[in-house]
Amino acid sequence: MSTMEGQSASKYAEPNYLSATRGLKSWLLTLDHKRIGLLYLISTTVAFVIGGIFALLIRLELLQPGGQFMTSDQYNQVFTLHGAVMIFLFIIPATPAILGNFFLPMQIGAKDVAFPRLNLASWYVYMFGALFALYSMHTGAADTGWTFYTPYSTETTTSVISMTLGVLILGFSSIFTGLNFIVTVHKLRAPGMTWFKTPLFVWAIYATAIIQVLATPVLAITLVLLMLERAFGIGIFDPKMGGDPVLFQHFFWFYSHPAVYIMILPAMGIISEVIPVFAHRRIFGYKAIAYSSLAIAFISFLVWGHHMFVSGQSELAAAMFSLLTFLVAIPSGIKVFNWTATMYKGSLTFEPPMLYALSFLFLFAIGGLTGVFLGVLAVDVHVHDTYFVVAHFHYVMVGGSVMGFLAGLHYWWPKMFGRMYSLFWATVALVVIFIGFNLTFFPQFILGVRGMPRRYFDYLPKYEDLNVLSSLGGFLLLIGFGMVIVYLVLSLARGRAAGANPWGAATLEWSVGSPPPPNNFEQTPEVRHGPYDFDVVKPKRTYP
Amino acid sequence: MKPSDHDNEHLLHHFSDMDQQRESAKLGMWIFLITELLLFGGLFGFYTFYRAWNPDIFHNAHAALDVRAGTANTIVLILSSVTIALAVRSLQLDRRRRAGKFLLATVALAAVFMVIKYFEYSHKIHLGQLPGKYYHYTGIEGTNPHIFFSVYFTLTGLHGLHVLAGMGFIAWLAIRTFRNHFSAAYFTPVEMAGLYWHLVDMIWIYLFPLLYLVG
Repeated sequence: MSTMEGQSASKYAEPNYLSATRGLKSWLLTLDHKRIGLLYLISTTVAFVIGGIFALLIRLELLQPGGQFMTSDQYNQVFTLHGAVMIFLFIIPATPAILGNFFLPMQIGAKDVAFPRLNLASWYVYMFGALFALYSMHTGAADTGWTFYTPYSTETTTSVISMTLGVLILGFSSIFTGLNFIVTVHKLRAPGMTWFKTPLFVWAIYATAIIQVLATPVLAITLVLLMLERAFGIGIFDPKMGGDPVLFQHFFWFYSHPAVYIMILPAMGIISEVIPVFAHRRIFGYKAIAYSSLAIAFISFLVWGHHMFVSGQSELAAAMFSLLTFLVAIPSGIKVFNWTATMYKGSLTFEPPMLYALSFLFLFAIGGLTGVFLGVLAVDVHVHDTYFVVAHFHYVMVGGSVMGFLAGLHYWWPKMFGRMYSLFWATVALVVIFIGFNLTFFPQFILGVRGMPRRYFDYLPKYEDLNVLSSLGGFLLLIGFGMVIVYLVLSLARGRAAGANPWGAATLEWSVGSPPPPNNFEQTPEVRHGPYDFDVVKPKRTYP
Repeated sequence: MKPSDHDNEHLLHHFSDMDQQRESAKLGMWIFLITELLLFGGLFGFYTFYRAWNPDIFHNAHAALDVRAGTANTIVLILSSVTIALAVRSLQLDRRRRAGKFLLATVALAAVFMVIKYFEYSHKIHLGQLPGKYYHYTGIEGTNPHIFFSVYFTLTGLHGLHVLAGMGFIAWLAIRTFRNHFSAAYFTPVEMAGLYWHLVDMIWIYLFPLLYLVG
């Protein structure tokens, strides 16, 4: 980072990873972690758009009671596809495989991830799995919900096998990414980059990678057994043959609850990067934030039973899982309080990444707290499988993960492409998304408490007003996300050169030109200070 | 960087020396082995639950398995673990042809394992001792004896797939060894294959008593 002052202020850096080699082949066979990150950016964006279309179809159908333009069976397929595409094709890979791939090696001063070929393979495996999952649309998409609960998933006539095979393959892609990151963090840190000089984004991605590696194989074997049950009737989940369908739920959630933290931890890492930079202040409680990422990863494996409070598990087990679930709130709270304390007496500026980070804080607090309500046994029995649950996890997944991802994308975009997007339109889009999001999902909390069940095609007339609001919000979200895609793409052609360090940050990725050179660092950097030592480094802003 | 590493053709550009590269590969392999353990862990979980719920079925049905075949296979796999360890040792001493022969011996022993497994499988298929709805054998007492065979076939089937994958990988490494791709200076892939093969062997060492020696 000592080279930072030597960087030219506002030139489009050459040579860079985008212009170093040309042609389609140089992209499809690239081993550069930055280019692989961009391949993931394109494919997960396509997945996000597809999943978003399904979401809008759901909101259109629910605009009024009764059937509008699809049958109840089609509705079941649409919400299943929305869930499966958004979770397995978008949120799980998005932040680790795009931003983690691009910036984890740069933040620790490495030239690449430990296994570049495995990294490229993970993208091809992802594409292959995505094709299987989406092919099922053609053959009669699964209508089981993204959770594939038995016994329905073994009896429905829709193509469950194609979808679960796709998810199984996507799991391998996730394992490859996680494995690569763990080894990279352990073995490729630059000289002087001790564990406690590592940026908090790296800690978060590292904790995520541990979950990816430990939880995903269990999902894999569960889905294999589901396919064997469906194809050969091995009887493992079939009570008529001595099997147990609840066992499927245990195995499924043993993966899928930790997977929820695969989705939120990377976003928390981004927030830990963005807030100190825009508060111009060293992060408060570095070690507490770092350890709380690991704590969340650890506790995430002990709470799966809270999905099954009404599935017939023993009361003792339910009470234990309820108690363990409350524990998650502790490390999450530690993070939120430390972020807030970082801003206290800081000199805040409100560029788009910071605005997204603040939206994250606000929305994640609501999503997190309602999660604690749901962990309470008596409350859960009342609101289980209602829209309260739907609202809760959308506040965490969209309000948390997607807002965090967008904070990161807006924070690092000028580094990835060397150009700045329109700050004005980014702010406008953020306001639209923020209002649209709350309009869509806040009414769903009320609907849930009033008893509207989730996953139903129809509802009672008394729920109509709030559903209309929710659908309106959905279309605001369409406008907001559409604007983001438009101004980001336009910035590639028209954006002003951002320079090496547009926000005045102190982590290593900002010490090289934008876009970065093919090998990241001309010489392996020597690290002498921490990632948030703004008072020592005194980084100069290169934008505007 | 050590001076000798400058001209090692196997050093990839993003590592600073061969030690770092080898250590990375090793850590990556261990993490991969952990994912394998968790993959099998799911099936071991199923074994545990269903045996706890149906102890009598497991006791009655395990008698249908051939302990002699299982014992023979255990010995064969342990021997193959010895041969692959000797292959790694030979490369450390730079005795390349010897290493190649040990790798081929490992593949041959794995093939013996698969042949014995094939006879076991075909015998059970012939008798109708099959998983789930295909079960039509009548010689085992108790309700739902097919559960034991569901567990047996999924566990040994997944293990068999791992043996097959290992055979392909080790055969490929044997060819590369005979072509002098490996030496005392660089033999990481062989070492990694060794780690994988020991895991496959170890899983069998647990499968054997759990399935064949229940009662």
